[in-house]
Amino acid sequence: MSVTTEAPVTQGPSLKAAFSDYISRVKAGDIGALPAVLGLVALCAIFAGISEFFFTSRNFANLLTQAAPVIVIAMGLVFVLLLGEIDLSAGYAAGVTGAVLVLLISNHNVPWYLAILAALVVGMLFGLILGTLVARLGIPSFVVTLAAFLAFQGILLLLAGEGGTISISNKYILAVENNNLSVSQSWIFYIGAMGLYVLSGLNRINTRRKAGLKTELIKLWAIKTIGLVVITFVGQLALVAERGDPPRISTKGIPLIVPVILLMLVIGSFVLNRTAFGRHIYAVGGNAEAARRAGINVKKVRTAAFVICSGIASIAGLLFASRANSISPTTGGSSTLLYAVGAAVIGGTSLFGGKGKMRDAILGGLVVAVIDNGMGLLGYGAGIQYLVTGGVLLVSAGVDAFSRKGANAS
Amino acid sequence: MTDPILSLKGINKSFGPVHVLRGVDFDAYPGEVTALVGDNGAGKSTLIKCIAGIYTPESGDIFFNNEKVTIHGPRDSTALGIEIVYQDLALCDNLDIVHNMFLGREVKQGFILNEANMEALARQTLDGLSVRTVKSIRQTVASLSGGQRQTVAIARAVLWNSKVVILDEPTAALGVAQTEQVLNLVRRLADKGLAVILISHNLNDVFEVADNISALYLGQMAGQVKKKEVTTSQVIELITTGKSTPFSGVRS
Repeated sequence: MSVTTEAPVTQGPSLKAAFSDYISRVKAGDIGALPAVLGLVALCAIFAGISEFFFTSRNFANLLTQAAPVIVIAMGLVFVLLLGEIDLSAGYAAGVTGAVLVLLISNHNVPWYLAILAALVVGMLFGLILGTLVARLGIPSFVVTLAAFLAFQGILLLLAGEGGTISISNKYILAVENNNLSVSQSWIFYIGAMGLYVLSGLNRINTRRKAGLKTELIKLWAIKTIGLVVITFVGQLALVAERGDPPRISTKGIPLIVPVILLMLVIGSFVLNRTAFGRHIYAVGGNAEAARRAGINVKKVRTAAFVICSGIASIAGLLFASRANSISPTTGGSSTLLYAVGAAVIGGTSLFGGKGKMRDAILGGLVVAVIDNGMGLLGYGAGIQYLVTGGVLLVSAGVDAFSRKGANAS
Repeated sequence: MTDPILSLKGINKSFGPVHVLRGVDFDAYPGEVTALVGDNGAGKSTLIKCIAGIYTPESGDIFFNNEKVTIHGPRDSTALGIEIVYQDLALCDNLDIVHNMFLGREVKQGFILNEANMEALARQTLDGLSVRTVKSIRQTVASLSGGQRQTVAIARAVLWNSKVVILDEPTAALGVAQTEQVLNLVRRLADKGLAVILISHNLNDVFEVADNISALYLGQMAGQVKKKEVTTSQVIELITTGKSTPFSGVRS
């Protein structure tokens, strides 16, 4: 009817209004990334205070490569968790696809890019089977993926064979977790990434303004953006600093894994936030019946999420192989999957479905890695590390459940 | 009298041995609110589901704009411009108002969602219905009150230039003030020229907002009457016995 009744768009809300908006969002069960960010900062501060080595650039770079496989698995899990489902097999799916990759390259002389493609296809095939069982037959995902967890472990054992480990020496595969961008490349990457981030933010505000819609508070956006730029700039300085043993080995620059993970973050976030498919994933996770009545093919969405999850796990398999130069029968096993689920939940993804973001995997994955790394530096054994990680996970899941309770009580 | 936009003639529907609808006639007129009343088990939901395409009647004809149509599935009824707001609303709590209004029918630019366009359209629709109770259309549905949720569900139904809107017990779970809001909204829908079919148990609501009342009794249309020509007790008689003491203006 009347579009002219719109209030003038330039007159945005105040910071105070934005704050009260945030409070009401928290009450509605959407706590956002703030707790995870604050937790990460607090953990870093504590460890930096106790251990001198923690805040060295060598440890920082190490932390990123250490965290990468878990972060990548968690990124895939976000898709499944958003539906309110779980994939317990993602860890071993990474192991098996990693083994496929390594076997193809080392034993069958397949070019590395074709091997990566093959591993990806195997991962997606696993996901297709899991997704079909869950979506079409209606078997609970917990049971299906628990069975797959055991089965994949078996496949990995069979693939690894008697020898136990299969090693890889392909330089492209090894580069992913071991090489760094040169210092000049690092700066180009940093400035380019930040430039794109700022531009996309401005572009979003501009489109909304043109369409005559209320724009995000510019001041708030500026604060967030500047905050991000400052924090990442410190990280950037640490990464371009010398962290090797100069006379013999010089190591500096952004680890190659960082752009890889950022690229995955951008693609994943784009799919979740900007495409109808992503919207449908949130809808199915929020209220599957409503989604069905709205004409969404719920079974297809469910299946697709499992395909994506296992497909992304194959990338984690690549990282495992790259990091360890080999694949063993325990690759992707022990606490890998649980750490990945924990990472997504600590980052703010809800186990109840319908709430979560790609960045949660990164934030939570870093928290898990910082605990591991920091406690290790302080000389605590694995026992204490698991205890602390478990505690942090419990707190985050508690915050999630508590915020949901608050939302439902209203 | 204008022609009905939606007209059902002699609809029959059985589930096994149970004959749920027996030769039901039903009309809905543009710009008017037609209340569909009846006791539990009278066949209201079945009738609605026949219109929605969820059930296919065994016999009987459906006319839309005086043309005979066949409705084989929900998509057919949606294509005709018939929208249903179910009692449980079918909203996704975790999505915001705009997302919910466009769920399953997102506006896209290539394969990218056109958020600005959707938000503007949603705003326009809510303004057109004079909805002023919603603070921001970017808040999640979880943070809305029952009446506001009903409003969103109704706004979603009218977003697509629909011609017939069916509301299943829209005020059942609402308080007094919110019921009033929703009934006002129902009235405005009709005033905009839509044919509104209101299923309700609450005769106060029916008498407040409806133009026509159709009463089902044990699967048969006991009477399609104008509100002005009947009293509450006559409607209660129709609902409970299928007959009523004589009154003027019975259409069937």
